[in-house]
Amino acid sequence: MTLQNRRQFLATGAGLVIGFALPMKGRAQSGAAAVMTKDGVGAATFAPNAFVRIAPDNTVTVMIKHIEFGQGPFTGLATLVAEELDASWDQMRAESAPANDDLYKNLFFGLQGTGGSTAMANSYTQMRQAGAAARAMLVAAAAETWGVPAAEITVADGVILHGDSGQSASFGEMAEAAAQQQVPVEPALKNPSEFKLIGTDRPKLDTAAKSNGTAIFTMDVYRDGMQTVVVKHPDVIGATVISFDDTEALKVKGVEAVRQIPQGIAVYATSTGAALKGRSLLTVEWDMSKAETRSSDQIYAEFSKAATRDGGIVVEETGDSGTAIKGAETLHEAEFHFPYLAHAPMEPLDAVLELKDGKVEMWMGAQFPGIDRGAVAKTLDVSGEDVTLNVMLAGGSFGRRAQTIPQIGLEIAAIAKAAGGDGAWKLVWTREDDLTGGFYRPLTVHKLRAGLDGDGNIVGWENTVANQSIMLDTFMDQGNSGGKDPTSYEGSTNMPYDLPAKRVNWVRMQNPMSVLWWRSVGHTHTAYATEVFLDELLEKARKDPVQGRLDLLSSEAGRHRAVLERVAEMAGWDGEKVKGDRAYGVAVVESFNTYVAQIAEVSNVDGLPRVHKVWVAVDCGVAVNPNVIRAQVEGAIGYGLGTALFNELTLLDGGEVAQKNFDTYRMLRIHEMPEVEVAILKSLADPTGIGEPGTPPIAPAVANAWRALTGQAVRRLPFTAAGA
Amino acid sequence: MKRLILALGLTLTGPALADTVNGLKTVDEFSAIESESERSVAVFQEMMKVIESPRCLNCHPRGDSPLQGDDMHVHMPPVQRGAADFGAPGMYCTTCHGSQNVAFATGAGSIPGHTPWQLAPIEMAWVGKTAPEICDQLKDPARNGDRSLAEIHEHMAEDGLVGWGWEPGKGRTPAPGNQQVLGELVQAWIDTGAMCPES
Amino acid sequence: MTTFTINGKDVTVDVEADTPLLWVVRDELRLTGSKFGCGVAQCGACTMMVDGMPRRTCVTPVGTVDGSSIETIEGLEGPEVAAITAAWEGLDVPQCGWCQSGQIVSATALLREIPKPTDDDIDAAMAGNVCRCATYVRIRQAIHDAADSMEG
Repeated sequence: MTLQNRRQFLATGAGLVIGFALPMKGRAQSGAAAVMTKDGVGAATFAPNAFVRIAPDNTVTVMIKHIEFGQGPFTGLATLVAEELDASWDQMRAESAPANDDLYKNLFFGLQGTGGSTAMANSYTQMRQAGAAARAMLVAAAAETWGVPAAEITVADGVILHGDSGQSASFGEMAEAAAQQQVPVEPALKNPSEFKLIGTDRPKLDTAAKSNGTAIFTMDVYRDGMQTVVVKHPDVIGATVISFDDTEALKVKGVEAVRQIPQGIAVYATSTGAALKGRSLLTVEWDMSKAETRSSDQIYAEFSKAATRDGGIVVEETGDSGTAIKGAETLHEAEFHFPYLAHAPMEPLDAVLELKDGKVEMWMGAQFPGIDRGAVAKTLDVSGEDVTLNVMLAGGSFGRRAQTIPQIGLEIAAIAKAAGGDGAWKLVWTREDDLTGGFYRPLTVHKLRAGLDGDGNIVGWENTVANQSIMLDTFMDQGNSGGKDPTSYEGSTNMPYDLPAKRVNWVRMQNPMSVLWWRSVGHTHTAYATEVFLDELLEKARKDPVQGRLDLLSSEAGRHRAVLERVAEMAGWDGEKVKGDRAYGVAVVESFNTYVAQIAEVSNVDGLPRVHKVWVAVDCGVAVNPNVIRAQVEGAIGYGLGTALFNELTLLDGGEVAQKNFDTYRMLRIHEMPEVEVAILKSLADPTGIGEPGTPPIAPAVANAWRALTGQAVRRLPFTAAGA
Repeated sequence: MKRLILALGLTLTGPALADTVNGLKTVDEFSAIESESERSVAVFQEMMKVIESPRCLNCHPRGDSPLQGDDMHVHMPPVQRGAADFGAPGMYCTTCHGSQNVAFATGAGSIPGHTPWQLAPIEMAWVGKTAPEICDQLKDPARNGDRSLAEIHEHMAEDGLVGWGWEPGKGRTPAPGNQQVLGELVQAWIDTGAMCPES
Repeated sequence: MTTFTINGKDVTVDVEADTPLLWVVRDELRLTGSKFGCGVAQCGACTMMVDGMPRRTCVTPVGTVDGSSIETIEGLEGPEVAAITAAWEGLDVPQCGWCQSGQIVSATALLREIPKPTDDDIDAAMAGNVCRCATYVRIRQAIHDAADSMEG
């Protein structure tokens, strides 16, 4: 997304808010009204726009257009509204907005969607405007009711007050009158220096329900007469059904039907237990002709062979790197291998669909809900308007629910279609379905070479990246990509360092494996390859990892510089990479316009890194809720660390995925979690992402410490596979 | 009931006359060895086939973690021995292991179960030890749970958790032989002086 | 037919005896706070109290709990769970929330036995509960906070 595009979207967004901000009496005819009525807005509820509802009981509910799966938009977007509304935090509530690409589009994407750590960034102005508009209407209503000038009215902490007359009202008391007011076209927004809620720790709005078992996720939805469906998927990705035998499955008490769908064999039962038991008794013969039957080793070999210096297309070039490296005093080369990875959200993928009289209602943790809605409408041959999709709380995603191909929408729709009539179905994936179901972080090979002059300066840098494309040939590919997919190599380009000659090539590989963005996308591998390779170069040049980076950062990389200097200060960096049995490694990475530097403290426990502490400095613009930012950084480090240490999905000979559950695809556990100390740099810049940017630096920081400690350069992840 | 089934199985295969049962030689296979002490050592070496089975070693580990699987990897999820060889407060063995083997509902394999389900005390660790070391340990009351040889026989021949080694559930290879043959071997070893091998 | 008490109420369910308790509690009794994460006792999301002790219910055949007393996140009572829940809220421990019922049941079991657990005690008791969001820093602190609050 270019800045130009972003400005256009923001402008559109402002119009959108106002466009749907209709007074109460006009709402019956509006598109917004359908949404609002459906979600139970009472006659006395003040709903100035698609996002804000103020009820007579004085609660303010913000309709959250981004899915909540732990990254905090319920709290964050509600904070933006509350700030401009001058609400009391206690009266704020959050509710998931239903699928509606017009009302609830991501202003950066043009459709409703969560991803790329954009929730806060694209909502910052829009949600503040929504709150400011509501505030202005409440004030106007109070002025009219009390017969005083609006300018004399103040609002603070949820109380509307006319100081001179001593009259005051709650939002709830003024809600009905406010609904009769004109919607302001350009509500004034606060100057960031006036913020009261933004920038302070806010308790999260979804914590209580997630601490007492009352939070409702997709899998917790039950409908009358609903069948639970599990699907026998192929063990090898790309295989299709030739034939199946359901004799034994149908004998299971509770199993009501077994049907073939494009995705496999679906078992329909009265309960999950029965469906699973039925599935375990199926025998299926698979057609392997379109499957990926090679092993991971064979795929690595193919990618490695293709990742030549001149392979694929040049995606970035400065100067003549070839000549520079040829004339260098020292040549350094390295090849890095990164495995397929599953996202493994704690709630396995699932969906509920009810079909009745040509109308469809769905419940699903959809990250691109409009895409799933469209897929369901098409499969069931109904119009999009006849499909209501309730976006549910989701038990994690990390990219998995942002489907470039609506895998789950298509599967639940196929289940409904195969049933051939009205009904309700819940699709439940098991962990085995999840880990073997494709849509992985792409397996990737990086080949790097660089030259140093006699003084240890980098004179040339070349990087060839070979992997599959996530976006090309999907709905995200708008036909203007020019055959390039930046998510495949982002981070290997646009490095913050002054490198006099540089070239980056991308080789697009193609095979039947489905791939997808995984928390921080291209940066999952590019940050590792570039920050480890750079660290090796600095070591060869006998330069300090922190000062060496600072010396290399370009004049435009001020925010990189600030987080790096800050983290060095926090960790008491003194140039000693090893102290006793502990070693220290650093990495600095920008992703999603957020700048993160980390220093990891590492020891060697039974031949694997044990990370004791991580210092983090982060610049994500205005820190809307530091509490959530710290939580996201803590979690992102745990996510990235566990993956770097333990995780790979290995294709065996024949293509079967070796790791089928958490016993072999093992998660970081509490005793392996380091202490994390986070500093958030003060900034007045518009907020940027925080869900993903904490992940990329941890693996290279640990690898750099590990190399200092043991001399071992880990060029293949995970550490367990590298023989670390 | 379990022993009844075992006995039935043995009757069907004619155990008393069999040369080997499920890879384990029966006692009469050793009758040709004239020297009682040599016969005792030979019988013990046969017992070692069972002792060295992952089914036995996994719960006779050296450290604080049980092992798992035929490849004897460290137990996942990570668990600790605890003060009573029964896990740690908040995560005892019974947090996951019930009274019976349970086949997984979602995929291949099973979780083993038996009442009780616990580790052998650390002084009874077998992993990484040689046959002579294990033999000495078995006879040493300080390292065998203060058992007499008769009680060692009882443990090997009668104990339900030991017996689980031959009924380990889906995804695990049973220990060689069966508990009855092992019991007969242990008795023969004791009757011949419970001699230990030198190597 | 299997009979047990759940959160203090007697129930009889007519399901196959080998059905995992987790699915009986969710699908038949409609108590959905306990979650499905792995099905193989690796993640702890399904943890309930069975006769006062934590239990992975995805590998617990319902037939084996006949006559037992089951407590789920919805019905767990006592000073430990109250302190744990308050600490969870105080630190905003949950992110996605899927694993947290299991975490809270395990942490409650720990505090019932060790009122003032060390970091090592927490590691030993909680290593069976996976949090994919890696909220472990806050889980650890919340357990310490809960212990402190009970002491005070």
